[in-house]
Amino acid sequence: MIVQALAFYLFAGVLLASALMVITARNPVHSVLFLILSFFSAAALFVLLGAEFVGLILVIVYVGAVAVLFLFVVMMLDIDFAHLRKGAMQYVPVGIAVAAVLLGELGMLYLSWNAAPDALLNRGAPGALLAGPTNTERLGQLLYTHYAFPFQVAGLILLAAMIGAIVLTHRTRPGVRRQSVATQHARQARDVLEIRKVETGKGAV
Amino acid sequence: MAAADFLINYLPILLFMGIACAVSGAAVIGSLLVAKQNPDPEKLSAYECGFEPFGDARSKFDVRFYLVTLLFIIFDLEIAFLFPWAISLGDIGLFGFFSMMIFLAVLTVGFIYEWKKGALEWE
Repeated sequence: MIVQALAFYLFAGVLLASALMVITARNPVHSVLFLILSFFSAAALFVLLGAEFVGLILVIVYVGAVAVLFLFVVMMLDIDFAHLRKGAMQYVPVGIAVAAVLLGELGMLYLSWNAAPDALLNRGAPGALLAGPTNTERLGQLLYTHYAFPFQVAGLILLAAMIGAIVLTHRTRPGVRRQSVATQHARQARDVLEIRKVETGKGAV
Repeated sequence: MAAADFLINYLPILLFMGIACAVSGAAVIGSLLVAKQNPDPEKLSAYECGFEPFGDARSKFDVRFYLVTLLFIIFDLEIAFLFPWAISLGDIGLFGFFSMMIFLAVLTVGFIYEWKKGALEWE
């Protein structure tokens, strides 16, 4: 039990420290690496809560894919961040004001939050704290039937992301000679070849 | 206590993380303590006829890498949704089965779109 509490404070501390480093690191690549560390710590916290599946999916999807995407974006943009930050200090009061408003809203929301009785009953469902089926099985029993509509909406959002990425970034390059096997096979000798009788002494015209 | 019982399975991972941190920390701190530290700007400068680097080591990536990674994430998530479905297929019945089939059909529409668009081909 004490190990569990110690592990919680360790991972929570690492999470907060690395999240702080994400926004304060000078080099954007270092920011992304600290972001990966914070993803790992968050995954460990999920496992400590009993949400094994969510924790491991966080490692697979966020560390394995999203962080790589961020690295690509950071490298692709090639922004001179030092130059960008030069004039940033003059916007600090506005930034603090916006952050204060958001924090106030969060605080008011937290104070006036009332959980629905059904939600309180559902709360233990994804955890492995109860005896019975495993965490992943419990998730599956809820996700595809009880939460079928949000599940389908998730599918549509993924579709929108896919099509949006293709529309925004894909362009056919002119001048690329790609092999098309079907065209090659459909090519007939009579379409491309012509035999002419050349009279002696006249030569080819 | 059920929670502690389940977390016992993760204890080896925690131990391994502790060992990894101890070994890497020992390497860093040990070399800091034992090795001779004689910092000199000449040690960091370019060697003899070498020249100073102009510009960053990082270079611009082609935007196509971004497209490939994004498509990978989407299908990664699709696979992630398949795991709990496959485990609990016996309990969720036909409704759960067709729920996933519609989800897969929606993503297959996107897959056909990207295939026909040529987004999966490099050149």
